[in-house]
Amino acid sequence: MAEREQIRRPAPSPREQSVEESPPASERGSDIKAQLDDLLDEIDEVLETNAEDFVKSYIQKGGE
Amino acid sequence: MAVAKLLGLETEYGIVHRGAAEPNPISASSLLINAYLIAHGHAPEAGRAAVGWDFTDETPANDARGGAPAGSLAPEIETHLVNAVLTNGARYYVDHAHPELSTPECADPLSAVLYDRAAELIAARSMEAVRMLLPPGEEIVVYKNNSDGKGNSYGCHENYLVSRAVPFSRIVTNATAHFVTRQIYCGAGKMGIETAGMRLDEAGYQITQRADFIEEEVGLETTLKRPIVNTRDEPHADAAKYRRLHVIVGDANMSQVATFLKVGTTALVMALTEDDAMGREFRFATPVAALRQVSRDLSLRQPLELSDGATITALGLQWELLAAARAYVEQRGADAVGGTVACDVLARWEEVLTGLERDPATLAAQIDWVAKLRLLEGFRDRHGLDFQDARLRALDIQYHDLRPDRSLAARAGLETLVDEAAAARAMTEPPPDTRAYFRGRCLQKFASEVVAANWDSIVFDVGEGSLRRVSMAEPARGTVAHVGDMFDECGSAMELLRRLGAAGA
Repeated sequence: MAEREQIRRPAPSPREQSVEESPPASERGSDIKAQLDDLLDEIDEVLETNAEDFVKSYIQKGGE
Repeated sequence: MAVAKLLGLETEYGIVHRGAAEPNPISASSLLINAYLIAHGHAPEAGRAAVGWDFTDETPANDARGGAPAGSLAPEIETHLVNAVLTNGARYYVDHAHPELSTPECADPLSAVLYDRAAELIAARSMEAVRMLLPPGEEIVVYKNNSDGKGNSYGCHENYLVSRAVPFSRIVTNATAHFVTRQIYCGAGKMGIETAGMRLDEAGYQITQRADFIEEEVGLETTLKRPIVNTRDEPHADAAKYRRLHVIVGDANMSQVATFLKVGTTALVMALTEDDAMGREFRFATPVAALRQVSRDLSLRQPLELSDGATITALGLQWELLAAARAYVEQRGADAVGGTVACDVLARWEEVLTGLERDPATLAAQIDWVAKLRLLEGFRDRHGLDFQDARLRALDIQYHDLRPDRSLAARAGLETLVDEAAAARAMTEPPPDTRAYFRGRCLQKFASEVVAANWDSIVFDVGEGSLRRVSMAEPARGTVAHVGDMFDECGSAMELLRRLGAAGA
């Protein structure tokens, strides 16, 4: 049977229209990388120290 | 015209009692909630319990389809565990082996986000309060997720007020189309797979926590053979006029944008359904299989089979629903779906579909499964881990940790929609625009004379020998506009009851 899917492409949103005002892609890319690095530093600090035991002992009863 | 889409969320939290020799989740949940109630003045007098729940009108065994099919299991109500009504109109209680918080009735999706955030803050304060009561080395920790990764699930339920006049079969059709496909922006993300017969390592990551636990298309159960559309017919309101659509299929969200979209789009789809404005109906050939397929397809590109032989992707169906919702609001206005908030829902809905179509990674600040995947992949790459590594599974769980100093979601750069100060106020202040206002003000002002409360009534003991029950069968009445002055002017519950009687309320 024929594919009947229709994906409607909406008009560009205001965010897309103002894309030229944003910093160049390479700059944004390194920003995003730096943000993720900071975030991963934080995760290294706060993540459960004994992950194996933590995951094993995370047992819930069914609910609802 | 559709009835106003009042809505609310009920969240069961995962709970861990760390450092306890023999942890018991039921007593840990009781301890957690009682610690909060005592610390925050909900049990003000020594020896007197907090205002409890009134079970008189609870009928969770009623089935929206009429007679329940043979073999259906009615949910049981546990009445002996802690079960309190808060001054913001919420219910905070132990359900099975979990702490659960039901938000007050909210008038629009943004209000639901506010009270959902307030519930997270209440859980965080509860953890702080109970820490003072526990021996050193012990801690009770609460997680806002829906699975333990070992085959056990607990729910985040949504509730929507719907007109009794709508044929239930139409609700089933449209709700199923939406619930199967909305996962692409509502999913909270999960490592592994928990469907019976499939090994945990057969799927690295999937979009939702819940899809593995949904086994039926339509049904009354919530704890086994869970359905896509739940038929519990317990409106907690005038049953001649209203239904309450009780939705059990969804994930609990850490992202406020995801919560906003989850309830906002569903309220719109229900309004469309009520006014029979959907246009085309979409029926899946195998809805349960489609639900799981969507959850496991990170490409979002797999075609889903419809019962007429055609196919559509989850994104394609969501574009159809968005177009129908937009046309509905243009033609009939947004009064029934939260006014201007509904226009924000439509705009957000379009943004996430556009983003998902282009590159889901662009939505790491809005969509939980994308945000969590970014953390998992980043962490894996940094430490060169195998995707089965326990640290990644720990990260998956800890994303949902509600301790501010441990929560990974709180660090993930998620966009927020409500102000933290407003959410803190919402821990104790009811929404002004539903009957929750009446319930909350009664609890704030006359708690010592309130014997019990539930969604649609409050029982007073004003020392006249017999108890007085005030019915709240109309969920949109009892707002600040209706009774705000009355509360300001009344010095006692007796006076309040006299004035309510005189007003014929």
